[in-house]
Amino acid sequence: MVKEIEKTGMPVAHLCTIVPISKTVGANRIIPTIAIPYPLGNPSLTEKEEKDLRRGIVENAIKALETEITEQTVFQ
Amino acid sequence: MKLELGNIEITDIQFSNESRVKGSTLYVNKKEIENLILEDEHIKEVKIDIAKPGESTRITPVKDVVEPRVKVSGDGGVFPGVISKDETVGTGRTNVLKGAAVVTTGKIVGFQEGIIDMSGKGAQYTPFSQTYNLVLSCEKADDIKAHTYERAVRMAGLKTATYLGELARDIEPDNIESYETLPLMKSKEEFKGLPSVAYVQMLQSQGLLHDTYVYGVDAKQIIPTLIYPTEIMDGAIISGNCVSACDKNTTYHHQNNCVVHDLYKRHGKDINFIGVIITNENVYLADKERASNWTAKLADFLGVDGVVVSQEGFGNPDTDLIMNCKKIEEKGIDTVIITDEYAGRDGASQSLADADEKANAVITGGNANELITLPPMDKIIGHIDYVNKIAGGFEGNMTEDGSITVELQAIIGATNELGFNKLTAREY
Amino acid sequence: MSKYKIVHYINQFYAGIGGEDMANYEPEKREGFVGPGQAFQGNLKSEAEITATIICGDSYYNENMEEAKNKILSMVKEENPDLFIAGPAFNAGRYGMACGDIASYVEKELGIKSITGMYIENPGVDSYKKNIYIIETKNSAAGMRKAVKSMSAFGLKLLNNEEILSPSEEGYIKRGLRKNIFVEKRGSERAVDMLIKKLKKEEFTTEFPMPEFDRVPPSPAIKDMSKAKIAIVTSGGIVPINNPDHIEASSASKYGKYDISRFKNLTCEDHETAHGGYDPSYANEDADRVIPIDVLRDMEKSNRIGKLHNYFYTTTGNGTAVANAKAFAAEIAQELISDGVDAVILTST
Repeated sequence: MVKEIEKTGMPVAHLCTIVPISKTVGANRIIPTIAIPYPLGNPSLTEKEEKDLRRGIVENAIKALETEITEQTVFQ
Repeated sequence: MKLELGNIEITDIQFSNESRVKGSTLYVNKKEIENLILEDEHIKEVKIDIAKPGESTRITPVKDVVEPRVKVSGDGGVFPGVISKDETVGTGRTNVLKGAAVVTTGKIVGFQEGIIDMSGKGAQYTPFSQTYNLVLSCEKADDIKAHTYERAVRMAGLKTATYLGELARDIEPDNIESYETLPLMKSKEEFKGLPSVAYVQMLQSQGLLHDTYVYGVDAKQIIPTLIYPTEIMDGAIISGNCVSACDKNTTYHHQNNCVVHDLYKRHGKDINFIGVIITNENVYLADKERASNWTAKLADFLGVDGVVVSQEGFGNPDTDLIMNCKKIEEKGIDTVIITDEYAGRDGASQSLADADEKANAVITGGNANELITLPPMDKIIGHIDYVNKIAGGFEGNMTEDGSITVELQAIIGATNELGFNKLTAREY
Repeated sequence: MSKYKIVHYINQFYAGIGGEDMANYEPEKREGFVGPGQAFQGNLKSEAEITATIICGDSYYNENMEEAKNKILSMVKEENPDLFIAGPAFNAGRYGMACGDIASYVEKELGIKSITGMYIENPGVDSYKKNIYIIETKNSAAGMRKAVKSMSAFGLKLLNNEEILSPSEEGYIKRGLRKNIFVEKRGSERAVDMLIKKLKKEEFTTEFPMPEFDRVPPSPAIKDMSKAKIAIVTSGGIVPINNPDHIEASSASKYGKYDISRFKNLTCEDHETAHGGYDPSYANEDADRVIPIDVLRDMEKSNRIGKLHNYFYTTTGNGTAVANAKAFAAEIAQELISDGVDAVILTST
């Protein structure tokens, strides 16, 4: 899916837990997330901690979209 | 470790006033089993049916299938850490009601339970169309959570299998098979000159209806470890999952792990089958990295020349599979991996979510997306109204005459990744 | 029994009209067989008859593809044949492209069974082998006799609705379609056999050759994020409660587009997951764990981003064929562009 959208010239930030799959299938801006059932959360945290965690990942994604790249890049 | 399996061939199952095995018929007292299951307050109601090969019967949504067994001698009892005390199993004699199975069904838990057809076109895709099945339809008590319900039904299946297995305790088996694995160094000495081979079994461990238990321990909490093949035969590994129906290993599959059996067949002749490494398929990337590091390290530590790796499930576990394969190959150890495919209904799409050139020896259980139309059945056990919701079903897949169209994905064990079936996929 | 009707497609060269100088020849329909059609008719004997031959120059076809194929399509339609044969094209690149393209088009548009024949390295093979059966031929017309023989035999099989066996048995080029079959030994036994061969350094055949994945160059970055419109797409199956469009738990055949303009954050009251591949309880509790609406709303407010697009797109990623996912994404991308979206956050589970 990532590639079809990226083909149009729009940058895509791919937020996923299993980075190797994202790399294999060919996403360009890859942002690692927490876990498969809750990529952008963690049920063991408090609501506030969880939202902070989520904000961090989304901020990372936004930064990735602002960053020029020439090849597949994982934004840790 | 040496284990004897005493098979008592079962070719019929009937309800009766007294539960017993006579000749090759399994007689079951319905009432006693109902009482056994209703001991659990989480189950409100249970209905017990019999389903035999060739009957016009459809069972759905199926959660698990269990083979009735009893430990006659040797340490421990069946399903250690869950039903029996936590003792190491895998030695002595275990009697098996071969041909009988306990099937659990009931209102759906996830999307991921499946279908067993006892006859017709669908029957050839599931091994459980060939077994004499006691089917437990368990309905949950009001207001209990999905996890609790899943556990209650899982326990109902294991308890019933244990109850039935007990009937085989004092019966002289029709045939006895013997399996032995020596301690590592002795095995290497005994079979010097033969290439040593281990089996890497990947266990689904991703949460609700995706868990597997090893001696009662949730497999997502294990670090890859070693286990004797005969322990698996004695129920050391049980299924807490049936997702997606086609490529999850039921408890029956674990008890009859065909990779273990087929490696034993060549043991001492072409290979030295030294043991099993079990590992998991977790939802965190760090866990996947760690687990695959460990399988590769253990394979290296054991000094094996080759391994067979079996996967369970699909999608992100494809990554665990590829990581295991790649890292083990990098140790200079030959691998063969067993998987299945999701190549689209027309077979034209990419089959796996991940790939690597080192995975050059692959066995496939077939394309799980391929469509199949199952004919109407006279009898439905369970709830037919979920067959459009389960994985492999879709809106509008039921016709008025009772036939249904599903992907093979929805059939229990259809593309099993232990290699239980004769199905495969080829390029056309 | 009445004879099956066949329409045959050839280029200007095989029609005897001319070589490269005549490659701009426009489509023409002639009655009966022309050129290699005679050999086909000989092989088809009394079972089928070539009722018409369509001739078209290779350059004309490749340079005016839309026009050419629609003209030819209407010619084929007039004849209403049972089978359409194109070529064989051997190793002629443009002829191969034309044969593959027109045969695919006839089969797709008219539902008429279509075949062609090519040398394995003809560029038409890779482009069209998924759509139609391409019989493998030699690389030049020296292989005509054999090519005609095998194409005729295969065509008759299709006409008689006989079972089509594997590529090696039938002589067609592998189409890259994975099909299930039952074999003699179970998977585990095949695995052990394969391992023993591998250990002995003997030859073995993998049942699934590893694929190669294609790549897309990275798109340029967003210059001014505070003015950018960001859209969310997910394969995590987040849907409004009760899954109004019945998106499948696995092997999705559709995607959903849902309005989030009135949501500041998602809760278990309004959204859930339809995904059948992971434990759904966490996403059901709070769908922000899969699509971070709450955080993006905050960022919109603080002008970290310009705007969060009013709709999000969703499907279930597990077991969903890549072809489907691709088709969804292509449609979604077009909509996003026309809605003025600048960048996409795509979340996967």
